[in-house]
Amino acid sequence: MLELKNITKIFNANTVNEKVALNDISLTLEDGDFVTVIGGNGAGKSTMLNAIAGTFPVDGGQILIDGTDITKLPEHKRAKFIGRVFQDPMTGTAADMWIEENMSLAINRGKKRGFTWAIKNNDRELYKQMLKRLDLGLEDRLSTKVGLLSGGQRQAITLLMASMNDPKLLLLDEHTAALDPKTAAKVLAITREIVEENHLTTIMITHNMQDAINHGNRLIMMNAGKIILDIKGEEKKALTVESLLEAFHKTSGSAFASDRALLG
Amino acid sequence: MGLLNAMPGAAAQGLIWGIMAIGVYITFKVLDLADLTVDGSMVTGMAVCAMLMAAGWNVWPAMLIAVLAGMGCGLVTGLFHTLMGIPAILSGILTQLILWSVNLKIMGKANQALPARTFDVLISQLEKYHALVILALFCVVLVTLLYCFFGTKFGAALRATGCNEKMARAQGINTDMHKVVGLALSNGVVALSGALMAQYSGKADINDGRGAIVIGLAAVIIGEAIIGKMPQNYIVRMTGVIVGGIVYYVVYQTVIFLGLDTDLLKMLSALVVAVFLAVPHLKKTYFNKPRKKEVSKNA
Ligand SMILES: Nc1ncnc2c1ncn2[C@@H]1O[C@H](COP(=O)(O)OP(=O)(O)OP(=O)(O)O)[C@@H](O)[C@H]1O
Ligand SMILES: [Mg+2]
Repeated sequence: MLELKNITKIFNANTVNEKVALNDISLTLEDGDFVTVIGGNGAGKSTMLNAIAGTFPVDGGQILIDGTDITKLPEHKRAKFIGRVFQDPMTGTAADMWIEENMSLAINRGKKRGFTWAIKNNDRELYKQMLKRLDLGLEDRLSTKVGLLSGGQRQAITLLMASMNDPKLLLLDEHTAALDPKTAAKVLAITREIVEENHLTTIMITHNMQDAINHGNRLIMMNAGKIILDIKGEEKKALTVESLLEAFHKTSGSAFASDRALLG
Repeated sequence: MGLLNAMPGAAAQGLIWGIMAIGVYITFKVLDLADLTVDGSMVTGMAVCAMLMAAGWNVWPAMLIAVLAGMGCGLVTGLFHTLMGIPAILSGILTQLILWSVNLKIMGKANQALPARTFDVLISQLEKYHALVILALFCVVLVTLLYCFFGTKFGAALRATGCNEKMARAQGINTDMHKVVGLALSNGVVALSGALMAQYSGKADINDGRGAIVIGLAAVIIGEAIIGKMPQNYIVRMTGVIVGGIVYYVVYQTVIFLGLDTDLLKMLSALVVAVFLAVPHLKKTYFNKPRKKEVSKNA
């Protein structure tokens, strides 16, 4: 479904600040895979997701979705296949626009946006039903500016938006990291529901090893722009935080780079 | 008495500036871009309308071509910004300078007379009340059209581009394209106000657009202050901007009437706008009261 072939990304090439953020990465996802990604700060996790989403061009390699080469496709065209939730709750929604306006932007992702009304009455019914399932009391606030909502509410709405219009791929970049533990747990539960219900192929970056172990059917660990561990199936189910740390030490031969990664 | 007599004329000119300010509103508020093209595109609107009418054109097609020319100006700025990666503010300055030459070439000289006695213009300062009615109608139609536009899928995408570019792209919106369209639309509206101004004042002059952006910003800011906490949709907001244009021009006339040195007027306008633009920053820096969270607990 998703294929990364020898992806390389170098920031500030040929300067003193040159940084190889992705070093010849290859990864193949099957339909319906839910991959969790862990790794220390600066390991290249966000860069990998951004490369897939097309935030910047890559310096080498190929990206394919369902066999179609999207390496050269601009970000807004790739959005047709890809739903995203960012770490910063401010990023995923338009603060000055209403909840229903934000949702209507998402439902038209990948479609032609012409000169017909953005929102019709039967759209509102649909949005209400979707919001009701979040159980955050948002279904009666369709014409509230998103900027007035809490971070957790915004992430939940962004998740809904990301799952609209049948994306082939859902990219979550530490989307619960900015939330308090209780809210984070709730958003994670909503994530799980949405992913299962829509059978979304998902990549979720997290700094919480336990979350990475509890969710998904596959776990990869990154370090210094490389994928250094890739654990699936039964092996993944048997994972514990300790065994994961041990595996990391064996593969990389160094102490785990980030203290944050130990939390949880 | 003299001041009172000047009011209908001031209001009419205020409406014209209000229309121009709607153009500024589209870039400055909706797209969140500072576009300095307007000083030039306003004169382009004046020049095109005046020259075509002087060549015997009917006023309506002359105004239509003026608007299209204004949109062309915005297009140039938009392409400078998106295709060539030049910062928006510099792109506008470049186009503005280009337009100085272009406008001179359009007119073939520094100004063109368009006297209402000779030409069949829509509005003229010779008939101020008539002009007021016509201009008010223009405003109603313009605000209605733009309101509808902002409500369409295309218009919503344009607003999202101005509000959160990263989000817009993640939702599949071609933000570059929407910026270009927004800039073209904005400068089309500005050129329309120029075409109206040329008819009203009976002339087009290469210097007439100088400082237009500041007047536009002033109208936008005054408009925001006027609508304050009213329930806000785009009709209210844009009406506020137009009223802002009128207030600006009425105050301007009053200050002149009170005998202020007219040489100082541009400086004063700019200072007033500078103060108002600084307000959000000053508030944040010096009056930062910790605000109660307006956030509900159930998230
Ligand atoms: N736009 C950029 N310009 C220059 N360097 C960048 C840029 N984005 C990322 N980098 C660098 O690339 C490396 C990988 O960054 P990336 O954001 O992918 O890390 P990450 O694994 O997501 O880390 P974190 O856990 O802190 O989010 C880092 O060294 C970072 O400084
Ligand atoms: Mg990151």
